[in-house]
Amino acid sequence: MSRLASTLVTARDRYAKKLLVPYVTAGMVAGWPEMLQACFDAGADAVEVGIPFSDPMLDGPVIQEASRVALERGTTFQGVLDGIASAGLPGPVAVMTYANLFFHGGYTATADRLAAAGVDAAIIPDLPLDEAGDWRAAARLRGIETVLLAAPSTPDDRLALICDAAEGFVYSLGVMGVTGERASLAGSATVLAKRCKALTGKPVLVGVGVSTKEQAVEACSVADGVIVGSALVRRVASGAGASEVARFVGDIRSALDARQ
Amino acid sequence: MGRVASLPTTGRSLTEVEADAQAGTHRRAATGLKALVGSSAGDVMRSPDDRGRFGAFGGRYVPESLVPACHELELAFRCAWTDPAFHEEYRRTLASYGGRPTPVTECPRISRELGVRLLLKREDLVHGGSHKLNNVVGQALLAMRMGKSRLVAETGAGQHGVATATAAARFGLECTVYMGAVDQARQALNVFRMQLLGAEVRSVDAGSRTLKDAVNEALRDWVASVEDTHYCLGSVMGPHPYPWMVREFQRVLGEEAREQCRAILGGSDPDIVVACVGGGSNAAGTFAGFADTRARLVGVEAAGGAAMRNGSPGILHGMHSYLLQDADGQIEEARSISAGLDYPGIGPEHAYLASVGRAEYASACDEEVLEAFQLLSRLEGIIPALEPAHALAWVVREAGREIPHGSSVLVTLSGRGDKDVDQVRAALIAPPEAREDQPVPPRAATPEAGSRSAGREP
Ligand SMILES: Cc1ncc(COP(=O)(O)O)c(C=O)c1O
Repeated sequence: MSRLASTLVTARDRYAKKLLVPYVTAGMVAGWPEMLQACFDAGADAVEVGIPFSDPMLDGPVIQEASRVALERGTTFQGVLDGIASAGLPGPVAVMTYANLFFHGGYTATADRLAAAGVDAAIIPDLPLDEAGDWRAAARLRGIETVLLAAPSTPDDRLALICDAAEGFVYSLGVMGVTGERASLAGSATVLAKRCKALTGKPVLVGVGVSTKEQAVEACSVADGVIVGSALVRRVASGAGASEVARFVGDIRSALDARQ
Repeated sequence: MGRVASLPTTGRSLTEVEADAQAGTHRRAATGLKALVGSSAGDVMRSPDDRGRFGAFGGRYVPESLVPACHELELAFRCAWTDPAFHEEYRRTLASYGGRPTPVTECPRISRELGVRLLLKREDLVHGGSHKLNNVVGQALLAMRMGKSRLVAETGAGQHGVATATAAARFGLECTVYMGAVDQARQALNVFRMQLLGAEVRSVDAGSRTLKDAVNEALRDWVASVEDTHYCLGSVMGPHPYPWMVREFQRVLGEEAREQCRAILGGSDPDIVVACVGGGSNAAGTFAGFADTRARLVGVEAAGGAAMRNGSPGILHGMHSYLLQDADGQIEEARSISAGLDYPGIGPEHAYLASVGRAEYASACDEEVLEAFQLLSRLEGIIPALEPAHALAWVVREAGREIPHGSSVLVTLSGRGDKDVDQVRAALIAPPEAREDQPVPPRAATPEAGSRSAGREP
């Protein structure tokens, strides 16, 4: 078991914790690596780092804009990896980006670069199970885990294949839709998490549409944890510094811990 | 209606789906329909493999949320396309509503000028003004078979948006069209046409604010609406089965043209067959009619959006194909006078046809296009759309060079130029430097205000 999976499983099983994974778009502000550190300081179990792509089709307005700003600021693929490497983070890092950046760099070379930067896992939303074979083979050789997405629309037999192949954790999409904050947790979030939990002992985390501590707690009535993206990115985009990031993440951490 | 929707849509293995297609092959032979799902093994334009690949290109690179919808669509299309009743309705609609068949027109004056024999396949005469209706009628009928009540589409020049709005009106479907803010500015007339036809046109203010961004937005809409919505993609691009399905729905123009050319050319095929390429649907439909002839097949891209000539392999919008991209793999913005060709990618089957050498891809620049636009207007009384003016521009440029004197050349005139008259007028008045930057609305200050992708979010 690699570091992401083992960290999450240990936190869940040994410490009976609910898992919290905040997301930040790399390069959207100069101090983004400190934001990641702040997330860990506030009790994150792992962090998800978005590598900006010109055409983020599974992202809503907030992360689209963060990606655009990051690219405009001159953020490059290697720059993001350098930032991760030099941040010396205390816990697992999953990068999230779109397939073309990996394909363009070559799957093997990309896996090498990720491993060299200390990245533990990759989330590639437009690389579904059926297309992920070549990447997964290259990644596995370098110890990079590939997190797979499950969607509310995924039928049972396919869901079993996804849960079986998923590494690190199962990314259970909270809603049929793009990333972005929602006023309430979609009913589909816990339904899908429950279906995943019935199929696998791997950690099941709900992501997309989890924006508040109340929603996080609700999702964790079934799921092992949550990923919080747009709500955090929106705060950073409107000027929040590392301490505000820590406060926001810490609030969710406390709410999750209090529920147990 | 609803016939396909009742079938198990996803859990089926591809072998089962293939078996269906096989069964369909026999049914088709029995009913005498030809060229439905692929054709003989030697045909370079056969159907893609069960992973949706044409050689190395194609595939289905979409978020998991959309994979089941793509499976459902593939299955529905396989069933429909082997169903004579579906064909009957498709053909009947294109004939009585769409004005098919369109003629092939000889162009004596321009032929004399160029020293070649120029024939035009007149898709400008299809209802709505372009070849886009062929595809949209097929997809609208399919959407209804799947029990979907809403169409969402992207549009560049506005022609696919107009076609989708047209079909939606005709069949009583709801319709939302995404269009880049830059394209809205240069194709204002088409925006109004879509609205007249009852469609809601949503402005896209992300990225380059042209066709590629409209595709992103349409995909985002579809992820959230897939239950009741069909994504009516406008070209031979996107995830499997779109590149194949759209080519099949456009095949009608190539097959007609082949028969018509034979009648005109005393039983032989044209020496050269030329079509413009944005995503590549009119070219794919045209080439499908001539792939197994000896005709040279040429696709002409806009010089500022020449993915095949200047791009490299990559993954975008659900497909593996050639793309314009930078050293990091970020997608670059295409730039062309023609909104319909302003796309940094090309359909995967074209990448395949190029890789096996069956088709060639050239490009034409804005100046050449404007010249060809005027030449056809003046010498033949046909005002072409700026997109097929690229195909003409290549012929004008290469006549006597790459095109030997005396060759017969078929050009697919994929649309009429009414939509472009304003823009061409402005371009001809303004010097080329001033033309570079079209008047474009300022980018909205906040993402919320600019992009309405989150329409379903609070
Ligand atoms: C008249 C016309 N021709 C061609 C195109 C390009 O599309 P494709 O390459 O799919 O034929 C467009 C797109 O808007 C168009 O309006």
